[in-house]
Amino acid sequence: MSCEGMQNLIQGYADGELDLLGNLRAEEHLKDCAVCARDLQNHQALRLAFTGESLYFNAPPTLRGRIRSAVRASGNAEARPGSSSWRWMAAAASFALVAIAGWSLLLRSRPSRDELLAQEIVAGHVRSMMAGHLTDVASSNQHAVKPWFDGRLDFAPPVEDLAPRGFPLVGGRLDYAGGRPVAALVYQRRQHLINLFVWPSADESDDRNRMVVRQGYDLIHWSRAGMVYWAVSDLNLNELQKFAQALQNSASRDDRRLKR
Amino acid sequence: MREQSDVARFEQAVLPHMDAAYNLARWLTRNDADAADVTQEAFLRALKFFGGFRGGDTRAWLLTIVRNTCYTWLRRNRVNELATPFDEEAHSGESDDPETILLEGADREMLRQALEALPVEFREVMILRELEGLSYKKIAGIADVPVGTVMSRLARARKRLRLVLTSDPEGGRK
Repeated sequence: MSCEGMQNLIQGYADGELDLLGNLRAEEHLKDCAVCARDLQNHQALRLAFTGESLYFNAPPTLRGRIRSAVRASGNAEARPGSSSWRWMAAAASFALVAIAGWSLLLRSRPSRDELLAQEIVAGHVRSMMAGHLTDVASSNQHAVKPWFDGRLDFAPPVEDLAPRGFPLVGGRLDYAGGRPVAALVYQRRQHLINLFVWPSADESDDRNRMVVRQGYDLIHWSRAGMVYWAVSDLNLNELQKFAQALQNSASRDDRRLKR
Repeated sequence: MREQSDVARFEQAVLPHMDAAYNLARWLTRNDADAADVTQEAFLRALKFFGGFRGGDTRAWLLTIVRNTCYTWLRRNRVNELATPFDEEAHSGESDDPETILLEGADREMLRQALEALPVEFREVMILRELEGLSYKKIAGIADVPVGTVMSRLARARKRLRLVLTSDPEGGRK
């Protein structure tokens, strides 16, 4: 009997993936065909080789602890009174089911765009502190950090070295906020780290500094020259404002240099 | 508070699958430290998406996130591994008459090495099928390919492993 096209059937039989008719067909064929019977034996032997513990990697106990506490901390950072993004998503799901009733619920509980962003920025900051993933490119040299983003983002984030003003650059990494990949630049002030999230703004209008406090973190955000900036740190607000100021001064000097 | 119970629910439903998550990450990254980092990142992503999870097979849902996190990591750190072709030449030594695999203890190590040497998209279907016991349909969902592709990847990967296990260490036939 020809075995052309039988391999799939035998494999499905060995994997228990066939329906009743398929099983009967396979068994019928296996009765008469020594080659396919041997094939099935091989499937079963290989299956046997996979059983037992030796090929399975169990999570190391240290990782269990690490993940458990990271989940707790991240849950705390994202939780806040009122509506969280989770609740908003739940509201969006129920909206599909109960259009009219869901509508008013959605309107009432939808947090503002800035509010959602503030939550994401804080969560991003907290994650960067605990996941051992502060920077993808660690360098205090702005000329090393800036090109690193080439090809990783669809925009070129401005990278300033503020070491002379007391905020040395630590490095940069890719992050995700507001539904898009963003640049995260990391600066330091004494023992404190500042995450500066940068991405292109939807419109060209400049926006002055706005301050938010979330989960004990101060945030300052502004937009300027087509870019949105969110700075977040456990630094005191006064010094974080100095940081924003230093960054903006440095940028306007560049603007003047270009215009000259 | 609602958010607290979301985290509690997550801990109860998702954290028990940590071994499965780590096992997949370990096989796809082939390295302990990277697997640990990827697993942790995957859990934080899973927590973020948990509100949108409609229920169903939690392990398969988590493994989808682990798998995607692994691929993001591979694209960033091991981009050449994603382009590894499946070397059909390696089959040329196989005779038409299949031999029965006889597994001794020493062959377990050969099997491990042969699995690690498979291109990543073949390795993942083998791990999900043989170590997680998932159905073709669930594997197709996790790897985001049609069921037919899962079947053909399994068939080719198994053929390769069978070849390794029926060959002697010098590469000749038994």
